[in-house]
Amino acid sequence: MSPDFFLIEKVLVSYFAFLSEHGPTMLLGTVMTIKVLICATLLYVIISIIFGLMRISKNPIIQGIATGYIEFFRGTSLLVQLFWFYYVLPFFGVSLEAFTAGVVAIGMNFGAYGAEIVRGGILAVPKGQWEGAFALNFTPAKRMRKIIIPQIFPIILPPAANLTVELLKATALVALVTVVDLTFEAKQINSITWLSAQCFGTALLIYYIISRFFLVPFLRWLEVLAARKVGKDKI
Amino acid sequence: MNAEWRWDFTFEILPKMLWATLNTIMAAGIGYAIAMVVGLIFLIGQRTPFKIINMINREIVEFIRSTPLLIQLFFVYFVLPQFGITLSAWVCGMITIGLHFGTYLSEVYRGALEGVPKTQWEACRALNFSTIYTYRRIVLPQAFPIAIPGMGNYLVGIFKDTPLLSTIGVAELFHAATAVGGYHYRYLEPYTMVGLIFLTLSIPAAMWIRKIEKDVNLAQGKIKKEKV
Repeated sequence: MSPDFFLIEKVLVSYFAFLSEHGPTMLLGTVMTIKVLICATLLYVIISIIFGLMRISKNPIIQGIATGYIEFFRGTSLLVQLFWFYYVLPFFGVSLEAFTAGVVAIGMNFGAYGAEIVRGGILAVPKGQWEGAFALNFTPAKRMRKIIIPQIFPIILPPAANLTVELLKATALVALVTVVDLTFEAKQINSITWLSAQCFGTALLIYYIISRFFLVPFLRWLEVLAARKVGKDKI
Repeated sequence: MNAEWRWDFTFEILPKMLWATLNTIMAAGIGYAIAMVVGLIFLIGQRTPFKIINMINREIVEFIRSTPLLIQLFFVYFVLPQFGITLSAWVCGMITIGLHFGTYLSEVYRGALEGVPKTQWEACRALNFSTIYTYRRIVLPQAFPIAIPGMGNYLVGIFKDTPLLSTIGVAELFHAATAVGGYHYRYLEPYTMVGLIFLTLSIPAAMWIRKIEKDVNLAQGKIKKEKV
């Protein structure tokens, strides 16, 4: 019956009270965060494949476009891009919804990073594979589709997994353009109740749980799957 | 709304933006300096022979690495005052950026140390060098070039994450742009200028880092390190 015992109990009880009152709101925010995560991931995968392929093109114009895109989006900050999409595009008559602006900005930003990964992966496919496809008289398109692309997945998935975890963290930024996600809810609850430790602590924990127990295991599973597909189980 | 770019407005706000850019660069520099030290602390935690410390260290690093910097900023900024520690937004921002990127830098350091071949350690043991001497004269000079690309990337990374500091009220470039935009109700020029300023700073920085990387590798006589 030391005073410390009471302290811990008091903290726990007040935290559970906090959870029972604000937990559902935070869960709603979490659902939105996951939505943003999924949409942005799909977009960034598509963009990185397209621009990764463009980056290794022999045509200087196509390659130049891809290089410009990648340098531009990697050279500026994601937050700046996000605000640009949300607050500046309306000046040009393109009004995006907050959710769309967030997904597009994150997808395009991470697409630029992903394109470099895809390019590295394609270049890392052994030269003999290229020569073999050439010897068999494959057209360039068929060579890419049938020989090269299936082999790049075990190479690009580990760095792409890191990038996807970064993307989950980046989704927090969409709260700043008024998307009602987990961060937004945490901020909102904080401004009402001033229970900063509880609401931001809970938000941090939820992000950690999503990343550690859902996203990362899923990405590891994909890596194993890809390695098995090309017969490289023992990586 | 009209999409016309107003040059007079651009030049009117340009001095303000350039001053704020100095703040951004300062924030990135201080944040990076803290991150380098924090990274070292995490590295030591990782390499101590005590299993429990290793485990705790790893969990802390994992936790910091997989949660958003934005919420960490809010956490430090709003929670510390409740425990009686009131810090300015600047200090909070620097601490958080230092902690966040320190975890990344500790991984870079670790990778660099592990990149030094084990035979080097064995040779030093055979020559009866002390541990400190081994680190100072044999291992660290070889680990340094391996660490440079990663360290450079995170310097640029910190620089690009400084706009987050504006959310807790640090008066850096992005904060200035938002303030100016709100005052004149024109966001086109300020935000575009922020993007351009970032571009003009980060692309030369990246090129400069690539050059240093090459120079150091040349000096070490291993230019043929292949990058995937």
